[in-house]
Amino acid sequence: MIQFIFDCVLVLLLLSLAWRSVTDPDLLRSIVQFIIMGLLMAVAWARLNAPDVALAEAAVGSGLTGALVLSAWARGCRSGRKGGPK
Amino acid sequence: MTEIALILYLLAGGLLFVIGFYGVWAPQELLRRILGLNIMGSGVFLVFIAIAAQTRDPIPDPVPHAMVLTGIVVSVCGTGLALALVARIYSMTRDESEERQQ
Amino acid sequence: MRRIWLLLFTIGLPLFLIAPALMKLPRSSPNLTAPSVEALPQSGVSNPVTAVLLNYRGYDTLLEVGVLLLVVIAVWSLQESRWRELDASEQRPLLMPFLRLIMPVLVLVSGYLLWIGSSRPGGAFQGGAMIGGAMVMLISAGLSRRFSTSERRVRAGLVVGLTVFMVASVTTLLWSGHILCYRQNSASSWILAIEVAAQISIGVTLGALFLGGRPRTLSPERPKLEVNRD
Repeated sequence: MIQFIFDCVLVLLLLSLAWRSVTDPDLLRSIVQFIIMGLLMAVAWARLNAPDVALAEAAVGSGLTGALVLSAWARGCRSGRKGGPK
Repeated sequence: MTEIALILYLLAGGLLFVIGFYGVWAPQELLRRILGLNIMGSGVFLVFIAIAAQTRDPIPDPVPHAMVLTGIVVSVCGTGLALALVARIYSMTRDESEERQQ
Repeated sequence: MRRIWLLLFTIGLPLFLIAPALMKLPRSSPNLTAPSVEALPQSGVSNPVTAVLLNYRGYDTLLEVGVLLLVVIAVWSLQESRWRELDASEQRPLLMPFLRLIMPVLVLVSGYLLWIGSSRPGGAFQGGAMIGGAMVMLISAGLSRRFSTSERRVRAGLVVGLTVFMVASVTTLLWSGHILCYRQNSASSWILAIEVAAQISIGVTLGALFLGGRPRTLSPERPKLEVNRD
């Protein structure tokens, strides 16, 4: 029973983080929410008996993708339709 | 894993895919659209791993695990390429707007 | 009003199509667990996922390593890297001692993950991800000059994974008529060799992706380019 509650909470967190990272007005916040969603995905893989995938997702899927996107954000590719300056 | 929990993860994967799909169309910033693509990929992987966990044996099916591992690495590479393209677009439009101002 | 239509067509319609399909999936369909576990003693490893990645479906992993190299070629042909190299005076005070502490640990952990991937969760990709993380820390600490001064070694690291994989494919093709069909007593050695090369390649590729462009050629007269943060 408690495992099912854990699964429900995990899934709710995943979905709400994904939704916020797509619709949050502040871009930095949505990037950080995406990174946290990646870490929770690693927890979901561990829950689903997939430890190799959990290792790879935590390191590469969440960590490296987050680092890439953050460094692109830091260079100023933030605004406008074409990624150019306002 | 109980059956209800597996159905929960399956539907969560579908919902993630759909949220990512919305995230590719709706936002204005390119960076957010790239995040939406990644969320779509994560949704697909969740469906795969949930199907792999539905075996009767205690060992889950290793073939979807391998496919998802490959998929994660390839999607990171795709994100890296997409971000390099965004950086290039940004530097080109910035030079254009500087030229126009001069 | 437009937002409602967008929500409907990108969320409502796909969900309406996907959810019944997901619900209709059979609860326990015939899967490949039993055949892959049964053939494990002949495959050279005892972790089923590693066996699938590097033995049963080795061709897919070969193509994946090829895709890694292709993406680095694409990213490096777009632009030059814009990471700044920092002198010792510009460094943050806590970062360098931390790096000195954590780099050997990362190399050790990645080697451990590679070695243990044959029997427990782990493998070449996870170890390669650790090395990629080490490269990310080095680049963001301002030490990306190494990428420029030892560019030949960097390129060798990028290419070694695909090269060893291709050598293994051609050799097994000539020996047994099928690509990546190892003989039973040499399977684990082949897999180890391929994994070591693939791990180096994956780590350097992830670092090259984070670099974001080709390493800048060093020349003493050229002023240091600043990353534009507006």
